[in-house]
Order: sequence, then structure tokens, then C-alpha cells
Amino acid sequence: MAIDKIWVVAELTESGPTTTSLELLTAARGLGGTVEAVAWGPNTAANAAVLGEYGATTVHDVGDIADALPGSPVAGAIAQAIAGGQGPDAILIPTSYDGRDIAGRLSARCDLPVLTNITGLVGGDTLTTQHPVFGGTQIVSAKFTGQGPGIYVVRAKSFAAESGGGAPAAVSPLSVPDLGATNASTVVARHVEERTGPKLDEAAVVVSGGRGLGEASNYAMVEELAKLLNGAAGASRAIVDAGWVPYAHQVGQTGKTVKPDVYLACGISGATQHMVGMKGSKNIIAINKDQDAPIFTVADLGIVGDVHKVMPALIEALKAH
Amino acid sequence: MNVVVCVKQIPDPAAPQSLEAGTNTLDRSGKLILDDSDAYGVEMALQLAEQAGGGDVTLVSMAPNGETSGLRTALAMGAASAVLVSDDALKGADALTTAKVLAAAIKKSNPDLIVAATESSDGYTGTTPVQVAEILGLPSITFAKAVAIDGSTVKVERQTESGYDDVTAPLPAVITVTAGVVEPRYPSFKGIMAAKSKPVETVTAADLGVATGNWGQEITSVDEAEARAAGEIVVDEGDGAQRIVNFLEELKVI
Repeated sequence: MAIDKIWVVAELTESGPTTTSLELLTAARGLGGTVEAVAWGPNTAANAAVLGEYGATTVHDVGDIADALPGSPVAGAIAQAIAGGQGPDAILIPTSYDGRDIAGRLSARCDLPVLTNITGLVGGDTLTTQHPVFGGTQIVSAKFTGQGPGIYVVRAKSFAAESGGGAPAAVSPLSVPDLGATNASTVVARHVEERTGPKLDEAAVVVSGGRGLGEASNYAMVEELAKLLNGAAGASRAIVDAGWVPYAHQVGQTGKTVKPDVYLACGISGATQHMVGMKGSKNIIAINKDQDAPIFTVADLGIVGDVHKVMPALIEALKAH
Repeated sequence: MNVVVCVKQIPDPAAPQSLEAGTNTLDRSGKLILDDSDAYGVEMALQLAEQAGGGDVTLVSMAPNGETSGLRTALAMGAASAVLVSDDALKGADALTTAKVLAAAIKKSNPDLIVAATESSDGYTGTTPVQVAEILGLPSITFAKAVAIDGSTVKVERQTESGYDDVTAPLPAVITVTAGVVEPRYPSFKGIMAAKSKPVETVTAADLGVATGNWGQEITSVDEAEARAAGEIVVDEGDGAQRIVNFLEELKVI
């Protein structure tokens, strides 16, 4: 089953395609064959140029889905194309809130298996996927064995987004079949939370806190350090589970993958769950009172010490700097 | 209101993990525990049923070797009963097959609401609940950080990249909850004792009419990842903060 045609599910925001969508288009270009995008929303045509620049020759436009969640209509439209023989050989989908919905719906609708948490793709007659396991200490390679198309869900930051200098993509409508109750979820209001500083997965510096902070109020020190370093504040799963900070801050397997220039881990022991989301950082600094904490195995600079002493001192030093 | 919670029993994440030789699937032969992620779904289901003025919370789980220890934990929290799908033929099953199994088991309870975690802590595929919804022909709302029931509608605050959306769906529906949304109760002594006699129905894939044996994917190799070069680890002698400042200066971050 040669890979002649790849579809990339591209998520569009008001400011253009998400970074992960561009990463996937870039990756798809390197796998051979034709690259096409699938997009939805009111601005698909306006994004044809940038989607083309990153490698899509065509953008299949699902259209404006209004207040629906994308999972059902986008999966339904792709599934209908596959059933009609118009589908691709492989479908790349970003690991995102909506991307996972689309992948799950598409898999069940087409009775096709899905491979998720992919961080590497190797081309050939069939695509080989790479998945980090056990905190990224080992890499599992896998492939589909049955009839395609394969559904590949790829984690953010697995590839660098690079322009391919392509011409604007042709826009082609992709019709949505009757979806019944599966499309009955309705967005009744959207809330944008004010954010100061850069986004967690785009920041050059990430300061994260874990259980070692002792109590929720100490997370303020993480936020202050992040602000002083013009970075973003992250968190381990332990303190998200404990309700100290919202899920949106979580770094790790269950949360965001980050690859900043500097990752400063404060009171984080380094559970495998966390490490897989941050060990790709260029430089890692860790503060932890337990010198046997796994986080020190990936740290470029490790301070074995009390976060309640080191963090306030660091805040003062940075303020004075 | 009747609620089904999909729960997974997994190897203790705090214990060393390994892949089984030959199959390269996660070694699940030891004791399994309730996935921490699922405690939030169980708690949410119990609260929603209580707020709705009653109804049963039923657990549905797929696990090898007739494992029930994780189910007993959730039953001790207050769930009424459980359906366990345990079948050697499901060893190494992929997410879609798992979803087919869970969907068939869920159907037996005819629930108003199906609750799951956003993903398990061991396999972390993160697609199974939505696959279940599609198989059952139901709407889904994933990544819920707040959930309320209003008559025959579920109202959810759904996490997004930029904040959250208010999303509604008619019941029956599938929702997935993120961790930290509610505080899971600790099972009381009374709850633990009661859990021992709560009904757990064990069924096989064949009982549910789900085909097994071909997952449509295979692991081709397992390799060691490139290790990071060892760094400088120092004990804080009051100079820890200054060392970090020096390092940040070296990196030209400040």
C-alpha cells in the first residue's frame, strides 16, 4: 500500500492555521506523494495561501460548522470521501482537543484503527510511526497491517514547521453527510481567558511547579518566576489532579509537550508522565530536595535544595538583575 | 438518572513498568489498580446522580485475569455495580476494539450519561470515549472541566486552547472529564465493606459479540531513546539561586 496521497487535518484559528497543523503539513511533504489539507470554518478560503505554502495542493473545505463541535462533522465528511473512493492513503491529525475527537469519530465510523501520540513518522510503502513510552526512555515503532487509510494522531512539536514555498491550495468543498445525534453537541458560548505572557507551548522559557511546592498558594512563585523570565507557567499532573492549577497548565503525557530554550522545574520529581512532555527542552534546570529524584537525570543544572528557599532567592536575584 | 462510568484498571504507575517480551505490549500481569484519572469520573457520576435525585452509577471496565481490585475501589466510593469484560482473546486489543467492547457492555445498562476520563494513564490513546460515542450513535463532549445536568441536557465547560466553551448536548451523551474537576471522595470503611458484596458481572468478548484477534496494527521494534548528557547536580549551600542566575546568563536568557 504505497502512500500516494496524504490528508492533513488543519485546524484554523482567527490568526491562521495552528502551529501543529503546519508541522504536520511539513512532515507530510517529506513522506512522498500528494499532500492535501482538510479544514473547516468560515475562513478556509482565506487560509488557502498559507496551507499551500506549507505543502497542501488542495484544501478540502468542510464548510462553516457554526456552533457544532468539529469531531462529528469533520470525521463524517472525511469518512464519506473514503467510502466514495475519494479518500487518501493516510490521514494526519494533530493531538489537540478537537483533533482527538475527529480521530476517534473517524476511526469508529470507518472501522479503522488509530495510532496516537506519534512523535515520528518514517516513510516507505507503509508509514512507520514512533511513540515515546516510559517517560520517553524508549521509542516504540509501529505500523498498520490492514486496509487503509491509516489514521495517525501526531503530538505537537514532533516536527519543525517549515515553509515549502508552495502555491496557494485549490479549495474544494467536502460535503457533510447526515450525522444524526452524533452531531448534537452545541457550543453556546466561548470564553477567552486573559493570558499575560507567552503561550505555554510557544514560550522560550517555561517555569513549572509540582507537588514539592507544598501548597497551592506557593504556585504564585512559579507564576512570578515565569513573569520575570518572560516565560509561561506550567505544572505537573500531581498539582493539576489536586486542583491547584487548571488542566491547561499541565505539561506531560496527559498535557502539553513543551520544548522551550529553558525549562525550570520547581519541586517536580520527574514522574515518567511529566518527563515525556518536557525532556525535549534545550536546557533543563531542576530544583528538588530529593537528590535521587528522576528529574535530575535529565537536568543540565540540578539544585538539590528546598524550593521554599531557592525560589524566593531566585525571584529576588532576578528582580535585582 | 443512570450513569455509566468507564474505568480502567492499570499497573501501578509508581511501580517500574515494562513491555512483555514477544508481544511488546505493556506487562499487565501484576496487581492492577484504579487509574487515578478515573476517580474523577466516578466522583462526578456520583455527584450528578445525587443531584438528579437518585439513580445508579454502573462501572464498565475491560481488564485481564478477571481483575476487580480497581473496580472494588470505585464500588467503595459508591458505584452500585460493575460489568467487567475479561477475556484472554482481548490481550493487546487496540483502542477501537476496546471501544467496541465497552460500547456493547454500556448498552446493557441503557444509561442517560456515560462518563470517562480524557485518557488512561497507561496507554493514553485518548480516543476510546469518542469511539464509544460514535459506535453508540451519541453526541460527546470531551475535556470537561465542569458538568451539570439540566433536565434532559448535559451542560459542560469544555477546555479549549484559549479558555473554555460552554457546550450542551441532549442526553444520552458521552462526556470525558479532566483531572482535578472534582475532589474524589475517600472510600469509607462502610463503603469498603459494602463494595465486597456489590455485583460484578464478568463477560467475554464473545458474549458481547465483538470480534477479536486482529487489531490492524503491530509493533515493529522497541528502541532505547537517545539519553540526555549528564548535567551538573549540586547541593544548595545557599548559592542555588545564584547558580541558576549564572546559568541563565550563560544561556543569554537574562
